Amino acid sequence: MKKGQVKIDTQFCKGCRFCIEYCPKGALVLSGKLNAKGYRVVEFLKDKNCTGCATCALVCPEAAIEVYRD
Amino acid sequence: MPWFARKQRLRCIVTKQLMYGTHAVGEAAIRAGCTCYFGYPITPQNELPEYMSARLAQIKNGVFIQAESELAAINMVLGASVAGARAMTSSSSPGISLKQEGISFLAGSELPAVIVNIVRGGPGLGNIAPAQSDYFQATRGGGHGDYRTVVFAPASVQEMADMTYTAFDVADTYRTPVMLMGDGMLGQIMEPVTLPKAKKKLSEKKYILTGARGRPARLIKSLILDTKEMEDHNWKLMRKYQRIALKETRFEGFQMENADMVVIAYGTAARIAKGAIKRLHQENKNIKVGLIRPVTLWPFPVKAVQDAAKQAKDFFVFEMSSGQMVEDVRLALEGSRPIHFYGRPGGVVPSPAELARNIARYYYQSKRRRKR
Amino acid sequence: MKKVYARPKSLRKVPMHYCPGCGHSVIHKLIAELLDEMKLRGKSICVPPAGCAVLAYNYLDIDMVEAPHGRATAVATGLKRVRPKNLVFSYQGDGDLAAIGTAEALHAANRGENITVIFVNNAVYGMTGGQMAPTTLPGQKTTTSPAGRNSRVEGPPIKVCEMLSGLENTAYLERVAVNTPANIRKTKKAIQKAFEIQQKNIGFTLVEVLSPCPTNWRMDPLDSCKWIDEVMSKTFPLGIVKEVKC
Repeated sequence: MKKGQVKIDTQFCKGCRFCIEYCPKGALVLSGKLNAKGYRVVEFLKDKNCTGCATCALVCPEAAIEVYRD
Repeated sequence: MPWFARKQRLRCIVTKQLMYGTHAVGEAAIRAGCTCYFGYPITPQNELPEYMSARLAQIKNGVFIQAESELAAINMVLGASVAGARAMTSSSSPGISLKQEGISFLAGSELPAVIVNIVRGGPGLGNIAPAQSDYFQATRGGGHGDYRTVVFAPASVQEMADMTYTAFDVADTYRTPVMLMGDGMLGQIMEPVTLPKAKKKLSEKKYILTGARGRPARLIKSLILDTKEMEDHNWKLMRKYQRIALKETRFEGFQMENADMVVIAYGTAARIAKGAIKRLHQENKNIKVGLIRPVTLWPFPVKAVQDAAKQAKDFFVFEMSSGQMVEDVRLALEGSRPIHFYGRPGGVVPSPAELARNIARYYYQSKRRRKR
Repeated sequence: MKKVYARPKSLRKVPMHYCPGCGHSVIHKLIAELLDEMKLRGKSICVPPAGCAVLAYNYLDIDMVEAPHGRATAVATGLKRVRPKNLVFSYQGDGDLAAIGTAEALHAANRGENITVIFVNNAVYGMTGGQMAPTTLPGQKTTTSPAGRNSRVEGPPIKVCEMLSGLENTAYLERVAVNTPANIRKTKKAIQKAFEIQQKNIGFTLVEVLSPCPTNWRMDPLDSCKWIDEVMSKTFPLGIVKEVKC
């Protein structure tokens, strides 16, 4: 299984939780942090074995997610 | 192929031809480089879309669409204009009402276009007879927002052709919609016309949408949410209209030497007025009446009217309406001279004899009033 | 690690004004990806609507012209007739296309104008605050149907794809949605197909996209995605409504 990683541009995130809902590994959660617009932003959990499937980037309305894979 | 299209094929060299007013507009447009016409049938201008449907099929890149409504047509003009083509639409009074939103958008987006109104009796469905009741609609809006439409008022089939040809140049030069306002009579009569030469090359437009390859993407819009920016844009448009007023105002003076009363009329009304004035001068050498014929209704020839007021003592405004241009005359004169208004709305076309009687009556009434 | 997904170049790097979970953002992103992948960015001209997506020109980095409400298909018609080699598409909401602009849409489709219409159907008028749209579902409460849409009085919702499918010169009409990963992939394929058909000069193409409007549906973003599956797509079934084979 490939290893993957995801980078979230928190200034673009609106906390809609689509990525959280559809991530097959549960590697995304709502953090406690707010961005400058006041949205609760999403953060990536490194220890959940992300495979770089890019479903999060597919559903993210704001194109706030970059996906990396081995 | 319709007979007029066959004729044009044979007579591509400039010669004098007998033409309908509507056909003259169409042919002049094509010679001015118009490649796109979008319209909808409405009497009394149906001959223009019919003419364009045949002629545009004969020229390279010609586009003719009989749109589903006048509303769709003006928006197709917007699309063609933003793509860089010289585009035209035409209609008559009720259809021009439908186009007003589109004209406002053209003005706000600073896009060129030519709109032809062959005016008929109104309001509402009105009738199909010639009238001049769309003056307010043309010069005071009739769409929303702070803008002005350049309005040309031809008074002969020759002028229908010449002013159509000029309208495209004015539209392109200033990036603004231009209206040619004729009426049912001008649209339907046949007169000899010398057509202008076909333009060989049009100047390049740097703002049009062609696909952003090799350059930054362009945006044509009229939405400006920031109020300060919107205000600046409005003043920018007003400065443009001031430049147009300085350079493009047109009028004709007829028998103005020593006139002590000036008739003001445009279009078909001006032709009738000329006939009336000639009659009066033939019948009585002492009557001194002249005519100022506005050729651009906007910009209105304010200075010409004010200059005439230095010599003339009375003004007589004649319109085929219940009185619209007369307000511009009042504004120009600012109360300095009495103004008499004579109007025949509803599509009535009075005879020169009838008008002459009215002019004479007012002339002598004013003389007596001044003697007292 | 190599980058396998990044923001498409045709999508300007500015935050979009749409609400959290709005379908417009997703659709803009898909269009931008296609413009990059199909190398159409330098060739495309878009006509955005009056509606929430009026500001689409801030996000898609291509030539754009604003049209009056409902008239985008007419403007696109004039544009494409003058520039047939460009990719011309309109992007319209349910008010723009199915209310005020229906005549223009129907006639452009009937003439077979070689343009693509991206029709965003969110069953409500978004920008103006959530009024009833021609596509609002029976019983759906909106600010101008506070008791819920009554089909007998307000008429049932209009199905644009089905309505246009009877016209000969329509080449491709498909209804998709952007509420799940699978549907988002199908939406991208549908828009790609529409653009390809336009490039082949086959005829009029329209992709109707069921799109969540969490704000005006008074739901949270994830619930609005579920509502599309459970309720909206029962009235507006997903799938190809018409495709001309050639």
